[in-house]
This record gives sequence, structure tokens and C-alpha cells, in this order.
Amino acid sequence: MVEFIQLLINGILLGSILALGAIGATMIFGVLRFAHFAHGDLMAVGAYFALAVVTIFNLPVLVALPVAMVLTAALAVGIDQVVYRRIRRVQPVILLISSFATALILRSLIQMIWGSSNQVYATGIQMPWRLGPFVLKPDHLLIFAAATGLVVLVHVFLTRSRMGKAMRAMSDNMNLALITGIPANRVIMWTWAIGGALAAAAGVFLGMDTRLHPVMGWTLLLPIFAATILGGIGRPYGAILGGLVIGCAMELSTLVIPGSYKPAVAFAIMVVTLIFRPQGIIKGAA
Amino acid sequence: MEIAGLIAYAIFLLNLVGIYAIMVLGLNMQWGMTGQFNIGVAGFFAVGAYTTAILTTEPAANWLGGFELPFLLGLVGAVVVCWPIAWVVGRITAGLRTDYLAIATIGIAEIIRLFFLNEGWLSNGTRGIPGIDKPFGVGNLGYLLIVLGFVALTYTLVEIARRSPWGRVLRAIRDNEAATAASGKNVAQFRLQAFVVGACIMALGGGLYAHFVGFISPEAFRPLYGTFLVWVMLIAGGSGNNKGAVLGALVVWLIWSSTEMLAGLVPTALIGSESAFRVFLIGVLLQIILVSRPQGLLPETRPPMPGEGKR
Amino acid sequence: MALLEAQDLYAGYGGVDILRGTHLHVESQDIVVIVGPNGAGKSTAMKAIFGLVPIRQGHVYYQGSDITREPPERMVGRGIAYVPQEANVFASLTVLENLELGAYSVPGDMTARLDKVFSIFPRLKERRRQPAGVMSGGERQMVAMGRALMIDPQLLMLDEPTAGLSPRLIDETFERIQDINHLGIGVLMVEQNARQALAIADRGYVLATGENRYHDTGPALLANPEVAAMFLGG
Repeated sequence: MVEFIQLLINGILLGSILALGAIGATMIFGVLRFAHFAHGDLMAVGAYFALAVVTIFNLPVLVALPVAMVLTAALAVGIDQVVYRRIRRVQPVILLISSFATALILRSLIQMIWGSSNQVYATGIQMPWRLGPFVLKPDHLLIFAAATGLVVLVHVFLTRSRMGKAMRAMSDNMNLALITGIPANRVIMWTWAIGGALAAAAGVFLGMDTRLHPVMGWTLLLPIFAATILGGIGRPYGAILGGLVIGCAMELSTLVIPGSYKPAVAFAIMVVTLIFRPQGIIKGAA
Repeated sequence: MEIAGLIAYAIFLLNLVGIYAIMVLGLNMQWGMTGQFNIGVAGFFAVGAYTTAILTTEPAANWLGGFELPFLLGLVGAVVVCWPIAWVVGRITAGLRTDYLAIATIGIAEIIRLFFLNEGWLSNGTRGIPGIDKPFGVGNLGYLLIVLGFVALTYTLVEIARRSPWGRVLRAIRDNEAATAASGKNVAQFRLQAFVVGACIMALGGGLYAHFVGFISPEAFRPLYGTFLVWVMLIAGGSGNNKGAVLGALVVWLIWSSTEMLAGLVPTALIGSESAFRVFLIGVLLQIILVSRPQGLLPETRPPMPGEGKR
Repeated sequence: MALLEAQDLYAGYGGVDILRGTHLHVESQDIVVIVGPNGAGKSTAMKAIFGLVPIRQGHVYYQGSDITREPPERMVGRGIAYVPQEANVFASLTVLENLELGAYSVPGDMTARLDKVFSIFPRLKERRRQPAGVMSGGERQMVAMGRALMIDPQLLMLDEPTAGLSPRLIDETFERIQDINHLGIGVLMVEQNARQALAIADRGYVLATGENRYHDTGPALLANPEVAAMFLGG
């Protein structure tokens, strides 16, 4: 039982990181109709941006977080403008392959700039808090609080702002959005900016929780897609729920199968969703 | 000596070109002809390579086999083992839309890789399986002839398939699935057949690969080598066109190899890691192709449909 | 000056012309109805005018300026609103959000415009917090029209606004369209319920195979025995 609850705590932590990635992925999927395979690597880039700020200016990682988010948002918009925008009209599949190439480019750039070895934001071991039999690191609480804060911000943006509503509208019904006079290109740029910023946050939190590594984002890509599909394509709230479910399932699965199969658990849930409820838990737009 | 070295290098290169060409032909069956977006090429590649390795190597203490079977039986084994796996994967993913199929197949490929990584009793885990000999005691040149033979055989078979009524149905499914279903064709069945055949061709490539390099480990079946390069080849060559598929394998592998030299020219201090720089270059190359010539070097030329006049 | 004038339109998909020399003319504050058999190109004519189907030849003028081939975004900016026949609401968004998005290209205070829409469709005010997707077909049509009215259009284009509605709702919809017209908004609509639509129309067009067959005032078309026999089901 103790082990179960401890794993559940870890699962919620992983789940909130996945949720941040999945919100961006699902909005990009919803608005642009393609699975963005570079999303995981965008996370990794965000994590390394924060590392650069931390090491160059000697700042705490939470101060570096907003900087990384802004930089990654700009990078995501830039990639879209330079590459994706040009092939958006050709075929969705070309976009998909292109995003695969983007993933490799980002990952190799990370390797070239920061090297392939593991890195951390802060050296030294954090004293964990012991709450009875449970272990909780201060960082975990921080990650959870910051992730919750970001999710609330996204919620406010999506429900209160003109742009947020336009984004939901485009994800809901692209044709009608055009007819209504919603400026598609501006909405697309905002989608990339927000997706990039959230991916950066997810990457930084992942780096705080574990370590930084060039493939850190790629390994989380499948769980993020699983969360996206489970929650329903184009549904940010579904993505949050999906992220938490997948995160907990991955952690809890270690009770019964070897930990190295964690990604397979996320994938299995995804396949079952695809077969039995392709529209996701919350009905998706696809 | 210089020239001899170059020739040896060219032979080495062409071996890999041939092996990749076979996999590209397999992918062309799935994507180019049927429109199935499989980005789990690495999974079937790995199944073929491991099956051959286990069947043909000398008995080992730490992993399954080897059974010391002859080369050809190893390749047959690769295809035979891949068949049911591809069938199950194809059944599970049948009816998934393009992007879902993509996500599902890359997931399956990663799980296959995780499986070989973790199930040491079968595959010797990260240490991999060594001692996979070339058949009949041939060297690289002899093996090249064998590989080219298989390329020719595969090419002939897929080209016959493409021109056959079966191939026409596949293309009809790709271009207009609803209309094909409405004309009474069992779309799911045809798609599944194309998926399985394509996957088995990939497994054949995997088997040939194992014998050529002599040693396999899960590292070789990461998405970059196993899937991404194959896709770059198909897109660059021209999907739907089997000649384009083979040409793409040649061109991209040459470029891929020349990035090695290019990376050697740039000071390491500037690029950090040579292999990362190569991946970077190939990624940029693909983006350029996709933006400027998404139909590839040799675009598909379609044999006319029956009853289709010149318009 | 005509509100909208389409001259000699040739338009269609993939190089095949669906419209072949169609003319349309809408005076400001008119209700103009396009009727005709299935496949006549009625919806295509609306879409071509609104920039959703490529125009190969011909011109569209709006208040005297040439708007041929302008994208939908620009049409909305000029005060033309279009309600497609299907999928015409943002199903996952609330009624209020649908209306707010209607006003996207005309930012600023929208209270007056919202009040105007709510006065025409009081039901929408009651149900403004509901997602549009859970509403009935008739209510959804109201949301769709309300959304279009949020730009304060001079011209409202409706593609089969009564499709799939019950007879009672059809009557109500036509009444609402007249209310909208009384606010000084020109209406161009395609209708299958041709008799009822022509009864409220200032003018009507009969389209067949992409060409104008007849055009006249609504009552005159209804009285025309040929039109009645061939296009209004006797």
C-alpha cells in the first residue's frame, strides 16, 4: 500500500509533466491537423535553454523557466514560419515527416551545443521530506505547483481571451473559423507559441525531476501522444486528464512489470483507446 | 593502394545501399502504393535481423540459439517470423487514420526495440549478438552480388505487384478509399495484405543487414537508422515509384556517407559531436527536399487504369 | 448602386465548372432567393461569391467595388456574412462564445450587437452558457445566424437555413429572416422550401445546371406556370 501511494505520487508528478506537453501537442493537432513529432524535442530544447540561463547567469532554475519558455515559444513559431508554413498546403503527411526531421535537427543541435552526457540544473542532493513512510522532494512540490499554475493560466487564456477562444474555434471547425473571419495565420502562430512555451516548461520540470539528456524529450513523446489521444484530439482539458492517467499508469505498472517497459504501458493504453474509443475520453474533434 | 581502398569502400557502401533499397521497396509497398503511414520500419527491420542472427549463429550460452542453420533458411525464417507479427500489428492498426497509424507504428517499433533490449535470454540485451557470418565464406564483394540479387528479385516482385490488378486496387485505396470500398473491394483486407508484404520485405532487409555487419544490437534499430533514413530515401526518390525508391536509397546513402567526410572537415570544436552533425545535416537536407520538391526525384508515373483513356 | 452584383460567373472545383455564366443581383435591403433542382449550383454560387470556390471567369461587385476572388476574411471585413448549410456552429463552444467569435473581425464593445441578436433570438440569451453542440437543429440555426449578425453585416448570405427543420420551425425561421431584413440587412439565400421562400422574397432566381433560367420578383415567379411546373413541384 505504501509503495502504491508512493508510486501514485510519482505518477501525478510525471502526469503533470506529460499534461503540459500534451496540451501543446493536442492544440497543434487540433488546429493544424498533424501529429507534431518534434514536440518531445522541443521540450528538451526548452530544458537546455533553461540550463544555459542557469549556468551563464548563475540563476535559480525557476527564474530561468520563463526565459526558456519565451525562447522556446519563439523557436516554435520560427520553425513553423520557416518550414511548416511552406508545406502546410501540400499534404498532412509531408508535414508529419517534416516534423520528424525537425525532431532530429533539434536533438542533434542539442548534442552539438551541450554534448550528450547527463546534466543537472543544481548539483548536490536535495534533502527529501519524509512524511511518514512517504518520500517527497521539495522540487516535486515546486513542479506540481508550477504545473498547476500554468494549467490555470492556459485555462484562463482559452476561456477568457479572444485569441484563446479563436484557437478553440479553429480546432473545433476550421472551415467555419475561416468563414467567420478568424485570421488563421495569427491563430496558428499563437498556437505554436503556447505549445512551445508549455513544452519548455515540461522539459524544465522533467530536467528538475531527473536529469537533462538530448533524448529526454523523445522518450516522452509517445506517452505525450498517448495522453493526447486518450484525452481526445484538440481537447486541452482532455490532454490534462490524459496526461495524469498515463503518468500514473506508467508509474504504477512497475508494481507488476519491469520498469524498462514503462513506455510500452503508455502505448498499450493508447492502442486500446484508439480501438475502443477513438474520439478519446472527452469527445475529440478528429 | 589508394584505388584499391576506394573500391573496397565503394563495395562496402553499395552493400548498405542495396540492403536499404530493399527496405525502401518494402516501405513503398505500404506508403507509396497503399498510403499507409508506417513509421515503425525499424521494428520489422529488427525482427528480421534478430531472427536471422538467432537461426544462423553458433550455439550460445547466454541467449536463444543459435541453431547454425544455413543463410537462406535464416532469411526465410526472418520473413516467416515477421509475417504473423506484421499481421497482428496490421490488424490492430487497421482502420487508423494516417497520423494515428504513424503514432501507433512508431510505438510498436519502440516496443520491439525495448523487447530486444530487455529480454536478454533471447537477444543478449544491450551486448547484442556477434558472429553472424557472411554465407559461403564470401567477402564484401561476393556478398554485394548476393545483395544485388535480392534487390533485383524484390524489385521485380514489387514491380509485378504494382502493375497487377492487386496493385491497382492498392493505389485506388490510397487515392480514394471510400470509392474503392463502394466498388465492393474489401479495403481492410487489401490494406492488411500490403502492410504484411511490406513488413516482410523489411524483415528480409534486416536479415541481409545482420549478415553484412556481422553483429547486431538494439542500438542499430533506433528510429534514426531503422526508420528515418528509409523514409528520407523514399521521399527523396519519389514515393510510389519503385525505381525512385532504389534511386533514393543510393542518393541518400551517398549523401549520408559524404556527411561523414563533411563532418570530418569541420573542426570538432565547432560541432561538438560528429555523429550529431551528420544527423543535423541529413535533417536539414530532408527539410529542403520537402519544401522544394515534395514529390521526390522520380515522381510516380501511373500505369493507366483499365478503361482510362488519355485525357 | 447594387449591394451585390455577380456577373457571368464561371466557377467550380478541379477545373470543372459548376457555375456557367450565373448572374445575381441583390439591392440593399432586399431578400433574394435562389431556388433550383439539386446540383444546379446554388450553394456553389454562394461559395464562389464568398471566396470559398475558385472563380474562373466573371466578376463579383459589392457596393460598386470589385471583390472577385477576395478571401473570406476580407468579405467579412466588408460587411458580408455567410452561414453555411452544415457544421455552421462551433459545437464545443458555448452559444455566447459562438457569438463573440462572430464579432472577431469587428472588435470593440459588442454589447449593442449582442443585444440586437438576443432581441431577434431571445432563446439564445436563455441558453448562452450552453455548448452549441448539444442544442437542437433549430436552435443551432439560430446560433449560426446570430454569429453571422455579430459583424453588423449589410449582406447576410444563408445556405438552406431551413434544411432539416420541422414545419413549425421552418415558419419561424422565415419569420426571423424577415425580422433581420427589417433591420435593413440585405439577404441572399438558397432554399429548398422554394414556395415559402419565394413568398417572402423581393426577387428570386431559378438556377439549373449552373445557368440562370428565370429571374423575377418572388410573387411573379410563384405565379409563373412554367416555373411552378418545372421547379416548384407543380
